[in-house]
Amino acid sequence: MFDFSEISKWLHGLLTGVMPEWAAILTESVLVALAIITLYAVFAIVLIYMERKVCAFFQCRLGPMRVGPWGTLQVFSDVFKMLTKEIINLRKTDMFLHNLAPFLVVMASMVTFACLPWNKGAQIIDFNIGVFFFLAVSGIGVVGILLAGWSSNNKYSLIGAMRSGAQIISYELSIGMTMLTMICLTGTMSFSEICEQQSVEGWNIFRGHIPAVLAFIIYLVAGNAECNRGPFDLPESESELTAGYHTEYSGMHFGYYYLAEYLNLFICAGMASTIFLGGWAPLHIAGLDGFNGVMDLIPGAVWFLVKTFFVVFLLMWLRWTFPRLRIDQILSLEWKYLVPITMLNLILMALVVVYGLHF
Amino acid sequence: MENKENIQPGGATTKPVAGAAAKPAARPAAAAAPTGPAENELTPKVLQPNEVYAFVREQYDNGYLFLENLTGMDWGEEGLGVIYQIENPETGKKLCFQTATTDRQDPVLASLVDFYDIANIYEREVYDFFGIRFVGHPDMRRIYLREDWIGFPMRKDDETEKFNPLRMDNEPLTDETVGLRPVDEARKTLDYTTQKNPIFTPEDYVVNIGPQHPSTHGVLHFRVSLEGERICKIDPVLGYIHRGVEKLNEQLTYPQTLALTDRLDYLGAMQNRHATCMVIEKAMQVEVSDRVKVIRTIMDELQRIDSHILFFSCLCQDLGATTAFLYGFRDREKILDIFEETCGGRLILNYNTIGGVMADIHPNFQKRVSEFIPYMRKNIKEYYDIFVNNVIFRNRAIGVGVLTKEDCISYGCTGGTGRAAGWHNDVRKRMPYAAYDRVQFNEVLHSEGDSYARTLVRLEEIMESLNIIEQLIDNIPEGNYQEKMKPIIKVPAGVYYSAVEGSRGEFGALLVSKGDKSPYRLHYRSTGLPLVAVMDHACRGNMIADLITIGGTLDYVVPDIDR
Amino acid sequence: MENENYFAGLASGVKSLATGLKTTMREFFTKKITEQYPENRDHLEMFERFRGSLTMPHNEQNEHKCIGCGLCQMACPNDTIKVTSEFYETEDGKKKKRLVKYEYNLGSCMFCQLCTRACPHGAIEFDQSFENAVFDRTKLIKVLNHEGSKVQEKG
Repeated sequence: MFDFSEISKWLHGLLTGVMPEWAAILTESVLVALAIITLYAVFAIVLIYMERKVCAFFQCRLGPMRVGPWGTLQVFSDVFKMLTKEIINLRKTDMFLHNLAPFLVVMASMVTFACLPWNKGAQIIDFNIGVFFFLAVSGIGVVGILLAGWSSNNKYSLIGAMRSGAQIISYELSIGMTMLTMICLTGTMSFSEICEQQSVEGWNIFRGHIPAVLAFIIYLVAGNAECNRGPFDLPESESELTAGYHTEYSGMHFGYYYLAEYLNLFICAGMASTIFLGGWAPLHIAGLDGFNGVMDLIPGAVWFLVKTFFVVFLLMWLRWTFPRLRIDQILSLEWKYLVPITMLNLILMALVVVYGLHF
Repeated sequence: MENKENIQPGGATTKPVAGAAAKPAARPAAAAAPTGPAENELTPKVLQPNEVYAFVREQYDNGYLFLENLTGMDWGEEGLGVIYQIENPETGKKLCFQTATTDRQDPVLASLVDFYDIANIYEREVYDFFGIRFVGHPDMRRIYLREDWIGFPMRKDDETEKFNPLRMDNEPLTDETVGLRPVDEARKTLDYTTQKNPIFTPEDYVVNIGPQHPSTHGVLHFRVSLEGERICKIDPVLGYIHRGVEKLNEQLTYPQTLALTDRLDYLGAMQNRHATCMVIEKAMQVEVSDRVKVIRTIMDELQRIDSHILFFSCLCQDLGATTAFLYGFRDREKILDIFEETCGGRLILNYNTIGGVMADIHPNFQKRVSEFIPYMRKNIKEYYDIFVNNVIFRNRAIGVGVLTKEDCISYGCTGGTGRAAGWHNDVRKRMPYAAYDRVQFNEVLHSEGDSYARTLVRLEEIMESLNIIEQLIDNIPEGNYQEKMKPIIKVPAGVYYSAVEGSRGEFGALLVSKGDKSPYRLHYRSTGLPLVAVMDHACRGNMIADLITIGGTLDYVVPDIDR
Repeated sequence: MENENYFAGLASGVKSLATGLKTTMREFFTKKITEQYPENRDHLEMFERFRGSLTMPHNEQNEHKCIGCGLCQMACPNDTIKVTSEFYETEDGKKKKRLVKYEYNLGSCMFCQLCTRACPHGAIEFDQSFENAVFDRTKLIKVLNHEGSKVQEKG
């Protein structure tokens, strides 16, 4: 299995050869930051294109076809349009908070994006309480949404933001608990170790069988709600609140919300693939050594992306099938169904681990 | 000037159609000299203004609980007044009476809001157009026109253009209204004291839903007062698409008035025009051929399916199920193709004419319709699978926005809304017209009266409409598709009313003729106005998201409300 | 969602969601219905009764059937049609009316067909053109009789 840390070690060695240690680390940080921002933009574009096509196909349509072959350049032109649009500041908005809010949202999603393990040894933020860090940072996004709603001085925005706050804070609980369930199985909170372990012992969803599958499903539901995506898209439900918390944003400020929404989808799917589907760990079937050898030849990053996009497709499928819930139903789904089930699931997983019933 | 109205190339006989011989049916002696009154002529009982209240109280106690129609009138010399049509929903008996006041400075009549909830909005309409004020009415505001409008445009002597230039400033919206409190509770005299009633207080958190809003299905404006997510009060602001169709009708010839009917409820274009043609034909005692009757029936039912599919689609869209929305549109496309092939239009169909239809059915018509029936029966299952049976939709619709049968009758909510509450109000059964008396179909009834029942009623009606079409499509009798009409159509003097079952309720046309070539007054009973009027009642205490569900399932179409 | 129905409700709810998912997945693989206009412009055919805009057909000799009677103008509810006609003297000294200019305002036409029905000679009809967008409103006012055209002689 290819280990990306060899490249980073080599690069580090090269840089320390020509400059002092601190300058080398600084240069590396800049390079990493550039890489992550580029990836962020690229994935946003890929996801938006994918969403439009997948959604169209579910709806008996073709989706974008005009710009470029099969409409592949459509999103590029959309992004270009967004960049050239004027950012309109309205009177009677709280200017400082109004301008700050999109950056909070995009920052939260970028930092969580950096937590994803791309390949063996290719992870930007990795430490022993990685899961906690991930949960904590992703919580910053909701502050941005609340600020957006409040500072816009618009009733629709405010209602959207309040809904969003209630919804995201509730569903963090389920996300945290399902992650805890899996940590119970893995015994570590570091994403790299979680992946490492799965490449040796098999994917968690198979290892943990029943409680893991349950946790996976709940994670998908709660993750969808965290991303404010349908059927949980009521903070911006366009048929009720026109655009919810970002009603008053224009130009690239709106673009940030748009980017963050799609990247959050990717992050949510990436986390699902890391924790449940083995991250970059290839598919191994015990006993079939030849098959396993072939699987090992495929690079880890490809495995990771394939799994992630599979989960993304699942989430899009959900989104384009179901009607939207009402705010009280969203909360009762969380508090009356998901939370009790995750709690029981956690106990079940603990029993499985204690009695060694997992594979 | 001959031939002005009626060009029938080739004498307007039609090609023989498969199975046509089966149904020549008993056809009444054609176009004999008119004898006796027209069957749709109304003979309103004339009451003095101060008798109306007591009369209605008596009739209300006799079971006349449904105010079918209320038409403001300017009779000129005889004064300003109102024609009332009330109905007993149990027996189906109808009663028509009128009243007028000669005082043109401050005309006042007795309000019927104590009996009929819908009178509130109907009387505001009369006030808006004729300036008649109603004693006992709590909210005498204009309804369609701007609050700073001067004059009352439907009065025959009003000089609308003189006082009302195109105003470029914003329309003022008041938070306070004037009510007329009666001095005498029994309304023996119509003296009143005015009283200021607040609509919203400064403490209310008022959100504007509309006029540009994705879920109001057009330019409809609700001012909604909220307590958190809960709705405290809704005040509909109408008139954003008011075109003065009824006023225009007074200057147009009869064939010209038909051009406007398609533009009222554009999802009931066939039925609207059917009602208007019918009121004129019956008033002139012209009998259309069986062929026309059957074609009209099929077209009405196709239009109903079209409308109900759109209802389903838009409801899905409103509730966030965009995919189901497009499935509906995919199927609706087939109907629009059928329409386009025969009528030449998809939305503005322009098909019925006085005495017939614009052109005979297209040779492909029967084939296409026959193919459509099984196609639709198959696809409607998908609607249930993806949306109607879905647990999310069930939770959002069951028990939401319950309207009891009494509510529906009092607010005049006919059509699917009333039938979802168990009210037998199908005009096709109550007063059969066209070919409805020769087909078997069920009136779809539910009893719950909630949003879910309203959705089911519409979907089940699609199936019933398919049944009706199936019975008729291979049995279209032969005959003229257009009766020979005089070049200038004049309707004998009188008051006439004809109603059809529109896509969303009883669509009626009330024609007051003085024997001229244009109507003295042509008033449409809007199917959507009662549905908007009931919104406040249905939504109170529910959440904003429920407003969307309730509005979607009530299924109003704005151009029909504003006219 | 009462307590006794908790699990039954959960199960039936999940089942209904699964049915929905199945339906959309089936549609994912069915043939798409998008009509790609304007790519399909070459083989796009309108229905023959479609009302695009009013035209006055001329034959090969640049002759039309309009006698300039103005019935269409009177039938129009929107004042869309303006017929200008003049009297002229025929060779045998009779005064006759003929069409000078037939102006039609597509912008205010509502395609009600009253004009075509009013015309005693079938001189005007609707064609199937539907690409009526222009950049200038004045271009919507069309003159329907061709340059130098005259009325078709009966026979």
